[in-house]
Amino acid sequence: MLQIIDRRNDSKNKSAVNRNRFIRRFKGQIRKAVQEAIARRNIADIDNGEKVGIPAKDISEPQFRHGRGGRWSVVQPGNDRFVTGDEIERPEEGAGGRGSGASLEGEGLDDFVFTLSREEFLDIFFDDLALPHLVKTQLARIAEYKRVRAGYTSTGVPANINVVRSLRGATGRRLAAGGPYQKALRALRAELAELELCGDGDSERAAELRSEIARLLRRIEALPFIDTFDLRYNNRIRIPAPSTQAVMFCVMDVSGSMDDEKKQIAKRFFMLLYLFLTRTYEHIEIVFIRHHTQAMEVDEDDFFHSRETGGTVVSSALELMLRVVRERYASNVWNIYCAQASDGDNWDADSPKCRDMLEASIVPLIQYYAYIEISGGEPQNLWREYAKVKANHPQRFAMQQIAGLPDIYPVFRELFRKSLA
Amino acid sequence: MNKKTHALPAGSEWSFASLERYDREIGRVAGEYGLDCYRHQLEIITAEQMMDAYASIGMPVYYHHWSFGKHFLSTEKSYKRGQMGLAYEIVINSDPCIVYLMEENTLPMQALVIAHAAYGHNSFFKGNYLFRTWTSAEAIIDYLVFARNVIAECEERYGEDEVERLLDACHALMSVGVDRYKRPPKLSLVKERERRKERETYLQSQVNDLWRTLPQRQAKEATEVERRFPEEPEENLLYFIEKNAPLLEPWQREIVRIVRKIGQYFYPQRQTQLMNEGWACFWHYTMLYHLYDQHLLGDGFMLEFLQHHTNVVFQPPFNSRQFGGINPYALGFAMWRDIQRMCREPTAEDREWFPELAGSDWRASMDFAMRNFKDESFIAQYLSPKLMREFRLFNILDDADEPRLRIEAIHDEQGYRALRQALADQYNLGSREPDIQVWNVDLRGERSLTLRHFRYQGRPLGDTRDAMLKHVATLWGFPVRLEEQDERGEVTPITEVKIDRRRENHTP
Repeated sequence: MLQIIDRRNDSKNKSAVNRNRFIRRFKGQIRKAVQEAIARRNIADIDNGEKVGIPAKDISEPQFRHGRGGRWSVVQPGNDRFVTGDEIERPEEGAGGRGSGASLEGEGLDDFVFTLSREEFLDIFFDDLALPHLVKTQLARIAEYKRVRAGYTSTGVPANINVVRSLRGATGRRLAAGGPYQKALRALRAELAELELCGDGDSERAAELRSEIARLLRRIEALPFIDTFDLRYNNRIRIPAPSTQAVMFCVMDVSGSMDDEKKQIAKRFFMLLYLFLTRTYEHIEIVFIRHHTQAMEVDEDDFFHSRETGGTVVSSALELMLRVVRERYASNVWNIYCAQASDGDNWDADSPKCRDMLEASIVPLIQYYAYIEISGGEPQNLWREYAKVKANHPQRFAMQQIAGLPDIYPVFRELFRKSLA
Repeated sequence: MNKKTHALPAGSEWSFASLERYDREIGRVAGEYGLDCYRHQLEIITAEQMMDAYASIGMPVYYHHWSFGKHFLSTEKSYKRGQMGLAYEIVINSDPCIVYLMEENTLPMQALVIAHAAYGHNSFFKGNYLFRTWTSAEAIIDYLVFARNVIAECEERYGEDEVERLLDACHALMSVGVDRYKRPPKLSLVKERERRKERETYLQSQVNDLWRTLPQRQAKEATEVERRFPEEPEENLLYFIEKNAPLLEPWQREIVRIVRKIGQYFYPQRQTQLMNEGWACFWHYTMLYHLYDQHLLGDGFMLEFLQHHTNVVFQPPFNSRQFGGINPYALGFAMWRDIQRMCREPTAEDREWFPELAGSDWRASMDFAMRNFKDESFIAQYLSPKLMREFRLFNILDDADEPRLRIEAIHDEQGYRALRQALADQYNLGSREPDIQVWNVDLRGERSLTLRHFRYQGRPLGDTRDAMLKHVATLWGFPVRLEEQDERGEVTPITEVKIDRRRENHTP
């Protein structure tokens, strides 16, 4: 009888394991390829996977095979000109007429090109990035617990019963509780044996002994095999796990001078930052601030999608940030980070004010401040003021310029490179 | 009689009911022609699953290895870019014979695949002597499950990297890990499992015995009469390593064995590609025409079928841009058709060249040819002058010592035999692949392994030899040398890899 089996709904991705093995095995080469792709600045889109090529010779699977030379006798179809004995020039490399044995089995030396999925790409991209100076670990606000084994308890739920322990306890209890009976039993039996030996096996005393022995045996029998008292349960306790607390402030300029393209770049930068933080750190808080002449704390959705716009006063955002820090993130507990993106076009008098604020109150509070300026040409006034801050705090303050979409990845790597401290 | 009620479903959409009807009709015709097949089961899969199947050589279960991931990635890439279509079917030489049908196929396509794979290939698997002696259709799936479990277990115990390194080396040697002449014992899951433990201890004890004698300085005269080990050269490198490599752990021997067994299982497929594909094409063509003649198939169906069929059996000439060597489907199909023709309507030439075929019962003659030949002998036996003319075959000799290529033979009276011999040799795996054998082990000295390459037609080894020697050395654990013997019998050393795994392991 014919069997037709519909496999279409079977598990997909049967090759996922092999695919992961491949990526794991050639991680070094793939990482290099990704870095080269980034350095060539030809990655503009993180929403799709990325095509990478790694040298074919690195991943070749060699077999014994023939090389050039020797005699190759080859039969080909479609003769339209030759007769036996004709001699012809050896064709150039790669042209027809070569022995199929040699030319067809040779592996090309081109790169092996394949597509990394977005996830795989980001994993590799973020692999050696980290938040700098992530040091303050505080047990003050513990949200994280680990459950660890901690011996046994006498109370618990049935699922946690430890059978070995419980039975061992029961055996011990039976031995202990039965001990006196056993002792008496041994004495009585010895006496009875003596009587029987002397031929007094039918005496009254012997009958008495026998009934006493039977009584004791019943007593021993009556000891419960296992008692609720014996039950032991695996015990697990929660212990606090130290976790670092960090908060990232994302400050984005949405003023009128930021045209659509610049906004696009800023958003992509923050998108990348957001992915990096959420994928790399389990517990991190992110505060989104957008500003024009006024600053506003918004949620993730508004941050990336709202279209409100106006003039530019950068200090408004810094003020808001300071206020949020004071209210919610007392700095001895929190690792505070800030990433700011702007086109650098600030209201003239405001830039020095920003510098003062940074120098006086913000930089001392935070671990790391990253500023990106999105402009193709000359640095703007904000850049010049910030450069002074950087000169004073080279460890904690970083700034980079982004001219176009392809710069995002290299700049991002520059800002968050893992330091080999 | 009303033809409409008997006609098979038309249109391009397939359904389970229509597949069943087609299968029943094709099965009936196959029965009329006397095709002897395993039972079969059809499995409907998606394109993605087809790519998965590609990556594991079509097998429904396979162990894990990065190289399968690599194949998957490259298939996926070329498929998604539209550079390559996927095969319409995959058929597995097992009992029951498993045939994968892609869901994207149209109904005529599915019918073609059923005729081609479920009856054509299937009967070839069951009948051909190579498959009968080298493979055990009823045991292969079980064996693959066994293999996957063993390898997964080893990965857990000894680490993925360790197993991967071993598999890399074994895969490299897979093509020189087959017995070409000996008959392998049947595979059986139960026996394998039972024997595995036994074999491990036994093998280890044998190996230890081999190496028990401490290397000692021998007197001069003793070395002169010293016998080679192995006494006869061994062509199956993996077998030799499995049985004799001194430093392999039992589990490593087991993995070497698994790769070797699987390589052996696929060996007949490589030896009979032309025959097998030609056979399947012949039968889908013959059976679907039979159904058409019985008015069961419409003209629309036949047009679509013929379009696919002619694409598959097209042979571009050597100077065409599409040319990629001789198309095994084209030549195979033409040869089987030609045999049928010679049996039914022989010409004077056929009577002269193939007196035993001319006028015989074509089914019996074809059955005999299918059962008892492989590509090489099949061509040497059955390629007719008429086909050589039709394909306009010619033979070029490329001798590295000569400045120009020479046409040795063409499709004419003087050339037929030479041409046929040359083409048969082209399908001889023994001459297509380098002939490398285990020549000697230096038992008394440094325990080095010497491989010897027997040069055929003066062809040297390719540039992979150094990488390959490293793989051999990984398995052997001691130095490995490679030497070459030319056609006059002169031996020259080529290269060697120095390695001593004991020292590596023992350095802190």
